[in-house]
Amino acid sequence: MKKLLIISGKGGTGKTTAAAAFIRFADAHAYADCDVDAPNLHLVAGQTGKPQTSDYFGSQKASIDPQACIGCGLCAKSCRFDAIRKNGNIYTVHEYACEGCGVCAYVCPRGAASLYDDIAGQVTLYPGERVFATAELKMGRGNSGKLVASVKSTLNSHAPQADLAIIDGSPGIGCPVIASMSGVDLALIVTEPSVSGISDLDRIVKTAAVFQTPTAVCVNKADISPEHTQSIRNYCLQNGVAFLGDIPYDPQVPIAVNDGKSIADFDCPATRALRKVYEKTIKLLEEVTV
Amino acid sequence: MKIAVLSGKGGTGKTFVSVNLAAVAANTAYIDCDAEEPNGYLFLKPEEEQTEIVYTTVPVFDAHTCDGCRKCVDFCHFNALAFVKGRPKVFPEICHACGGCTLVCPRGAVTEEKRAIGTVSQGVSNGIPIVTAALNLGEASAVPIIRAAVQKAGDNAVIDSSPGSGCPVTESVSGADYCLLVAEPTAFGLHNLRMVHELVTLLHKPYGVIVNKSNGIYQPLEDYCGKNRIPILLRIQYSKKIAKISAGGALAVNHSAEMRRLFEILWETTSQQVEQ
Amino acid sequence: MKIAIPMDENQKNVCVSFGRAPYFLFHDTDTNTAELLSNPAASATGGAGIQAAQFAVDNGANALITVRLGQNAADVLLAADIKVYKAAQGSAEENLASFSQGKLQALESFHPGFHGNV
Repeated sequence: MKKLLIISGKGGTGKTTAAAAFIRFADAHAYADCDVDAPNLHLVAGQTGKPQTSDYFGSQKASIDPQACIGCGLCAKSCRFDAIRKNGNIYTVHEYACEGCGVCAYVCPRGAASLYDDIAGQVTLYPGERVFATAELKMGRGNSGKLVASVKSTLNSHAPQADLAIIDGSPGIGCPVIASMSGVDLALIVTEPSVSGISDLDRIVKTAAVFQTPTAVCVNKADISPEHTQSIRNYCLQNGVAFLGDIPYDPQVPIAVNDGKSIADFDCPATRALRKVYEKTIKLLEEVTV
Repeated sequence: MKIAVLSGKGGTGKTFVSVNLAAVAANTAYIDCDAEEPNGYLFLKPEEEQTEIVYTTVPVFDAHTCDGCRKCVDFCHFNALAFVKGRPKVFPEICHACGGCTLVCPRGAVTEEKRAIGTVSQGVSNGIPIVTAALNLGEASAVPIIRAAVQKAGDNAVIDSSPGSGCPVTESVSGADYCLLVAEPTAFGLHNLRMVHELVTLLHKPYGVIVNKSNGIYQPLEDYCGKNRIPILLRIQYSKKIAKISAGGALAVNHSAEMRRLFEILWETTSQQVEQ
Repeated sequence: MKIAIPMDENQKNVCVSFGRAPYFLFHDTDTNTAELLSNPAASATGGAGIQAAQFAVDNGANALITVRLGQNAADVLLAADIKVYKAAQGSAEENLASFSQGKLQALESFHPGFHGNV
């Protein structure tokens, strides 16, 4: 199974719109949304069938038994993450800040603090002919890297025959993006022609290089600033990154999104441009896959 | 007054709102907490920048004092320690710096040393203090850097947070008096607004919405805000002209009298909301 | 000698992932016996490669046959003098046969760690 990852560096450049279009062009039978902090692909990918959800357990979290707590505060003093606060006469754990390190449980003289398995989110699978895996992380939970790995392995195990998997990735350069890069054959970066877009592009290109992931770039909403689009072309040339084309700003896109449709369901400038980028992407994918 | 600007979805205009708001407000710092992809400095162009390195810690094992009991390795919840040839071995980027191994060692063989993970830069532009958090490439978590940046906020600040609703956002918002939620009037924008709305509710922060890149009324967003009694403080029309100005790294309030007026009103409205 | 191989769900083929392989096969060439054990690192929230490598070390492996390996896991194995060989995709049995015929190459290129997230 060849795996194509779509990322962006800067948010809001059009990753999910591009992913939804590619899914149509490729008639993909396996696709996933790894933007577990803010998943959106399900709104436009048009999958059918009954979804199966399963709990995702992230790292453990600590809790303090209010009956056993004597209010000595040793846990709060030892916590490096500022996750334990005084609450009247006892101490309680702030679940968003807790990283599950186990130090409070170790230092507590009464065994009042202990770790429990925390449900950090859920993985949703739409099985059938077209397999779609997506996930959502609960508020303030970390470990989105492990959840991304769960989404991908769910996809692998339910669609082993698929020859192409399209993965909608996350913005940024941290945790979830790094995890989504594992084992992909090509990362397509969708960027926008602005100083912010260019600055973020550089950071994501460098991040992908650290993880030896082959990358390619396309510019969305390119006509907003032809000068910046040209800067991006130059950047790609100078840095040996494949430049696969540009897509014009198209008012049909928000209309399609709001209608829960993939832009590829419409014949418009954005779709035509996306198709050209798609064709180049597939060609590159064949070349880089070992 | 510390105002945090958030958005569930990326690209809705957090930085656009933050930098322009900081430009019209008086005596207010701009704090860029999007440590993975900081952008505010492109618009505000800080000068006289001083950069501080942000450190975390990493354990060091004294091979002579260590007797190979393996308690530290067995304790580590993050798999940052391996045990090979009778001695512990640490993997710094995996380590969460919890201090656990230092505590459990029965022989005091573990000490901690600093490890750089990012930077916080401070500069000034047109009298506006500017603080920028930046994560080193390849590092997984921006949280400690955001924490360091927020500590430099002073009493009055506009905090430009990261997109989404995960750990970095929670950290960015920690000291805020009020949260501005920038929403895009699309199905994606609404879906992600729900998530960040849930977050600020859980964190007990007062908030209001700014509808950005508006092109007529997107009813589902209006209904959501109405039903949840979320005040909509401002609607900004989509404008290719403003998009192009921002694309070039310029401040909209410096190039459009209408934008300046809108942001001055936003500052007033937000201040009133905070007072309530 | 003891050879470790990360195994797929089907318990027959070599798993393409090392750190999160569901099982590890430990084959003893002296006694010609094998043990299939669940990989404790499969559900790790971070540092899966390190934990899986530790598992191999703790089970007395002298060699590892794998499709790929992260730098962190490689560091653990190298420090423990465990030799790493590149697997051909397919069954563990085929790979063990190739190994005994001296046909497997040493694995020399390791991918960077995924920073506690894979």
